[in-house]
Amino acid sequence: MVAIVPALEVSDKRLLWPVPPVASFAILLTVMTNIVSVRDLSVVLGGRFQALRRVSFSLQKGKIVGFIGPSGAGKTTLMRVIVGRERVRTGQVTVLGFSAGAKELRSRLSYMTQEISVYSDLTVHENLLYFARMRGLKGKEALAACREVLRQVAMTEKSGVLVMNLSGGQKQRVSLAIALLGDPELLVLDEPTVGLDPVLREQLWKLFRELAASGKTIIVSSHVMDEAERCEDLLLIRDGKIVAHDTPGQLCEKTGTKSVERAFLKLAGA
Amino acid sequence: MSIRRTAATAGRVLMQLLHDPRTIALMIVVPCVLVTLLKYVFNSQPRLFDNLAPMILGIFPLLMMFLVTSITTLRERKTGTLDRLMTMPISKLDIVFGYAGAFSLLGLVQACVVSAVALGLLGVTVLGGAASVLLAAVLAAFLGTSLGLFVSAFATSEFQAVELVMPILMPQILLCGLFAPREHMARFLQWLSDVFPLTYSVDAMRQITAHPTWTGVFVRDLLIVIGCAIVALILGSITIRRQE
Repeated sequence: MVAIVPALEVSDKRLLWPVPPVASFAILLTVMTNIVSVRDLSVVLGGRFQALRRVSFSLQKGKIVGFIGPSGAGKTTLMRVIVGRERVRTGQVTVLGFSAGAKELRSRLSYMTQEISVYSDLTVHENLLYFARMRGLKGKEALAACREVLRQVAMTEKSGVLVMNLSGGQKQRVSLAIALLGDPELLVLDEPTVGLDPVLREQLWKLFRELAASGKTIIVSSHVMDEAERCEDLLLIRDGKIVAHDTPGQLCEKTGTKSVERAFLKLAGA
Repeated sequence: MSIRRTAATAGRVLMQLLHDPRTIALMIVVPCVLVTLLKYVFNSQPRLFDNLAPMILGIFPLLMMFLVTSITTLRERKTGTLDRLMTMPISKLDIVFGYAGAFSLLGLVQACVVSAVALGLLGVTVLGGAASVLLAAVLAAFLGTSLGLFVSAFATSEFQAVELVMPILMPQILLCGLFAPREHMARFLQWLSDVFPLTYSVDAMRQITAHPTWTGVFVRDLLIVIGCAIVALILGSITIRRQE
């Protein structure tokens, strides 16, 4: 017995250090700062449509990340995989250190779907209060959270209005407000600003920057290229593949173009 | 599953209905009008009406709650709210039981009004008493909600959800013993009737009508209704998928 124990300790050490200490520290650092890491992810929808083809990338904490590409490129599918709505069948997806879809992630991320996923036959406040309670907030805490997110999306005065009586842009902001409830670390927002007027769009981008500055990671999808310029990190997606992953500045520099739109067109070979 | 989240869901579903007073009026007024109508249909056979009215009281809540639930849950599946809920820290049962709670409560309200009309104004005599009628009616509403929730998974539009009443509920109504005594039906229809949950809801009402105290058959009927409702709810929660 006495002889076996030290032998185990030696092999344990080997297990701990399969790579040189510096390299393992680097790995540890990436795991800690990478909020999402995707490796060789392929998704086939409905048994036929190949929505994503061997996608690999990783995203860092505290950034505003843009999933940019035309409709049908695979942006929504990629988001659904990250929030755990679409099962990972081929490849590996890690979110906040857990595999995508893990129970532990449900209180730490939030998802705003592309369609306005709000009850149209409830008031703005009733919608928020319900989702706040479902996120686990109670009593006064829930009410305070509702007030706060309404303020953030500048909808305070519409609190008592039935959602069906709101304009399209207002509904969208209610939907966004719900995604802000419960202080999630990772916000996955599918086209949050599409169709909004320029002033509102500017306000929301200011909000996203504030959230990112406080350490939250925000993934935003858009098929509008001028939105891309506002992101800190860009994934250009086309036909289920990642065409480029870079900052907007680097992207323009590498492609020798002046705008992300031009860069995208150049990369797409058009 | 958490009581708090289940209650929040039930509250939300009821609140949605409260914002739609026309639906509530339809749910409560229409059955009353229909029961009254039935009395005058059997104008010259009051005994027959006395027997039929309680059975109708077992069918209305089931039919109404089936319709309302299948449409509301279908909307939930279609508009993305379910998508959103499924990424949140909740159990699917919070949603399923929330719905069941909300619509059973609504079924109780409906049953109170319709029973008051039938037993009070129209003079239907039920030996087992009004409380037993309400109990059977609530359980029928619970069953209707559970079936509606399950069946909504097979509809892709509100049209289809309504149309599913025909294949799912119509045969049950035809074979439950309302139109013809079950003993007079062809043997294979009797078997079919035996496996339809609605049969037991209606039979429970028949038991209360004829017996002043709870019979063994009445208790059996209610247990079967509860069992079927729970099975349908579980199947319903399976059709709500966390991941696609």
